[in-house]
Amino acid sequence: MASTPQTTDSHTTAQGEMDLLRFATAGSVDDGKSTLIGRLLLDSKSIFEDQLEAVESTSQSKGYDYTDLALLTDGLRSEREQGITIDVAYRYFATPTRKFIIADTPGHIQYTRNMVTGASTADLGLVLVDARQGLTEQSRRHAVLLSLLRVPHLVLAINKMDLVDWSEEVYEKIHKEFTQFATKLNIPDLEVIPISALQGDNVVNRSENTPWYSGPTLMHHLEHVHVASDRDLVDTRFPVQYVIRPKSDQYHDFRGYAGQVAGGVLKKGDDVVVLPSGMPSKIAKVELFDTEVAEAFPPMSVTVHLEDDVDVSRGDMIARPKNAPKPSQDIDAMICWMTNEPLRPRQKLAIKHTTRTGRAMVKDIQYRLDVNTLHRDQDTKELGLNEIGRVQLRTTVPLLCDPYSKNRTTGSFILIDEATGVTVGAGMINSGS
Amino acid sequence: MTNTHVDYRLSQLDQLEAESIHIFREVAAEFEKPVLMFSGGKDSIVMLRLAEKAFFPAKLPFPLLQVDTGLDFAEVLETRDSWVERLGARIIVASVEDAIAAGHVVDDGKTSRNRQQIGALLNAIEENGFTAAFGGGRRDEEKARAKERVYSHRDDFGQWDPKMQRPELWSLYNGRIHAGEHMRIFPLSNWTELDIWHYIHREQIEIPSIYFAHEREVVERDGMLLSIGPEIQPKGGETAETKMVRFRTVGDRTQTGCVESVATDTAAIIDEIAIARVTERGATRGDDRFSEAAMEDRKKEGYF
Repeated sequence: MASTPQTTDSHTTAQGEMDLLRFATAGSVDDGKSTLIGRLLLDSKSIFEDQLEAVESTSQSKGYDYTDLALLTDGLRSEREQGITIDVAYRYFATPTRKFIIADTPGHIQYTRNMVTGASTADLGLVLVDARQGLTEQSRRHAVLLSLLRVPHLVLAINKMDLVDWSEEVYEKIHKEFTQFATKLNIPDLEVIPISALQGDNVVNRSENTPWYSGPTLMHHLEHVHVASDRDLVDTRFPVQYVIRPKSDQYHDFRGYAGQVAGGVLKKGDDVVVLPSGMPSKIAKVELFDTEVAEAFPPMSVTVHLEDDVDVSRGDMIARPKNAPKPSQDIDAMICWMTNEPLRPRQKLAIKHTTRTGRAMVKDIQYRLDVNTLHRDQDTKELGLNEIGRVQLRTTVPLLCDPYSKNRTTGSFILIDEATGVTVGAGMINSGS
Repeated sequence: MTNTHVDYRLSQLDQLEAESIHIFREVAAEFEKPVLMFSGGKDSIVMLRLAEKAFFPAKLPFPLLQVDTGLDFAEVLETRDSWVERLGARIIVASVEDAIAAGHVVDDGKTSRNRQQIGALLNAIEENGFTAAFGGGRRDEEKARAKERVYSHRDDFGQWDPKMQRPELWSLYNGRIHAGEHMRIFPLSNWTELDIWHYIHREQIEIPSIYFAHEREVVERDGMLLSIGPEIQPKGGETAETKMVRFRTVGDRTQTGCVESVATDTAAIIDEIAIARVTERGATRGDDRFSEAAMEDRKKEGYF
C-alpha cells in the first residue's frame, strides 16, 4: 500500500527554512585541516556512531595511538593508503541556523586546480595556518586564489595556538603580516581567528586561553556571516536553459523559457531584450512549477513567459534593454590551466559559458601570474598544469558576458579538450570586446 | 498564489531545489538519450518530483529505468506504479532474473542481488544506448560518494575512475562523452538525508508505506533487523518477533534491514532522524559492510 504523508505541525519545517553557506577550506598538509573539519562535524553532531567506529577501528589496525579524524574525510582507498587527500570532497553539517556545505580541498601545491574547483562555488574561504610556522607560500597562494575566484569572505584561522602558549604576539604578528599582504588582493571581508582545532579552542566554544581575543569563534562567524547581499540583484541576467513546449491539448500554446536566474530580479511587466538577437519584449509572467511568482532572483530556477512570440532558444539570454551584456567574441580572461599538456597560442578548445557552447582559439597569452609573489611573467609563451595567466581568446559564438568581478555566473567559463572531452581550463572574464 | 520575497533570500531547501532543477534541465538539453534510474526509494521519488517541476507542464523528456532485483518490496512497486501513472512517464524494467537467464549476469548463489544489479543495469544502459543516467545518490551517504562529481563519467565498461574525475566548476557541467561511454548524473549530490525528509514533508510527496512505522515480523541477524519473508526465515538460535519498525532505505529484501520506530508520519520521522546516531546505510544496508571500500569498489564496477 502506498501512502501519502499526513500534514503535521510546522516545527519540522524550521530546518528546511534555514540559510545555506558554502565554504572552501585550504591549508597545507600538516596545518590540521582534517582535524578542524573533524571537530566541526563532531561538535555539530554530524558524525554518526558507525562512522566514528569505522575510523577508530581503522586507526587501531594501522597501529596509530590516536583516532585519526582525517580518515573520516579521506574517502578513497588510495587516499587512505597514502595518507593524503587527493581530490575535492564535499561534506555537510548543520546547526540550528544554517546548513553548511564544505568543499574540502587538498592543500598540495600540485592541486591548485582542486582549490579553484572548490572555491568556484564558495561564499567563504577558510585558510588555515600553523601558528608556529606563520604565513607560508601556501597560505599566500590560497589567499590569492580565493581573491581571484572572488570568494567574498575570508577567514584566516591561526591554528595550533596551544603550541605557541596562546601568545597574543604571535597572533598579532601573523594578523599584521597577512593584512599587509591582503592589501594587494581583493578581499572585501577578512576575519582572523586564533584556534586550536585539536583542543577545540575558539572553534565552537570561546577559549579561556585567549582572553586578549574579543572576536567571534569560528562557528559563530560561520553561522552569522552575511552572504545574502553578495549576489548581484541589480543587473538582470537570465540565460535560457531549456524551452518548454508541452505539445499537449491542455497546454497547446504554452511556451516557457526555463533557466536559473544569474543576476537581478525578474518581474511581470518588465521590459526585456532577448540576446543576441536584440528582440524586445515584456515579461508576461514568471512561474515556479505550477505557481506564478511575483519576482525571480538568483539562484531561483524558474520559467519565464514573454508577451510576444519572439524566437528564443537555449543559449540566449534575457536582460533589460538598457542594462544588457554586450555580445563579444574577443574575450580577455584569467585562466587556470588544469591539465598536463600546456596551453599554447593558436590552440583550439571547446568553451562553455552559461548555457552557450562554442569553440575558442587562444590568440595570446599575455602573462603568467606567480600566485606566490603576484609577479606577472610576461615572457611566458604557455601555461602549464596548475598555472594561472591572462589570456586572450577568440570565440566562434558571441558570449553574453560580464566581468567576473561583477557576476560570477555570467563572468565564468570552462574550456574543454575536444579530443578527450576533459575539462582543462577555468576562465574568469576581465572583459569582452 | 504569489509569493513576495522582501529580502531576496532563498531558504537552503529552496536553493537545493533550484540547483537540482538546473541540473535536470541541463542534462535534458545537452544529452541525446538520458534516463532516470529509479529504485522506488525516497531519493528516487524526490528526483521524480524535481524532474516533474523542471519540465512542467510538459511530460518528463526521458524514461525511467528500474532494475528489478526480483526481491523488491511489494509496497515499493505499488508506489512506483502510482507515480508512473500520475506523471504519464515511460518506464523500462530491467530484471536481474532476465539478465541471469540471458547470461549477462552469473548467479553463483553467493553474490547479493544488489551486486548483481550492476550487470543488469549496465546491460540495460548499453542495449538502450543511454548517454546519461540520473541517480539519486547523495554525497552525505558515504565517504566515497563525498568525492563524486554531479556529472560522474563512466567509461565504455561503465566504470568510475575517481582519479580521472573532471574538475567541476561553478554550475558549468561538462557532459562530453565518447561513443559507448555514459555519464551518471546526481542532482541530489548536495542534499542530506534530513533535507530529503524535509522536502518530502513540505511537498507532501507520496512514498512507499514501509518508510513509516508499522508492525512487522522480524528477526535480528548480524545486528540488523530483517523482515521475515520467503527468503528470510529464522535460523538456529534466532527467533521471529513482531515489532514496530520502519525502513530508512529500500532495496533488496535480503539485504535491507529495518529499524525500530514509532514514527508514523513525516514529522515524526524528521524528529527521529534529527537525533539518529547511526547513518542510514550503517544501520540497514548489509552490502556496505563487506569492507571499508565496499561502496567505492562497487561504484568502480558501475554501481550507481
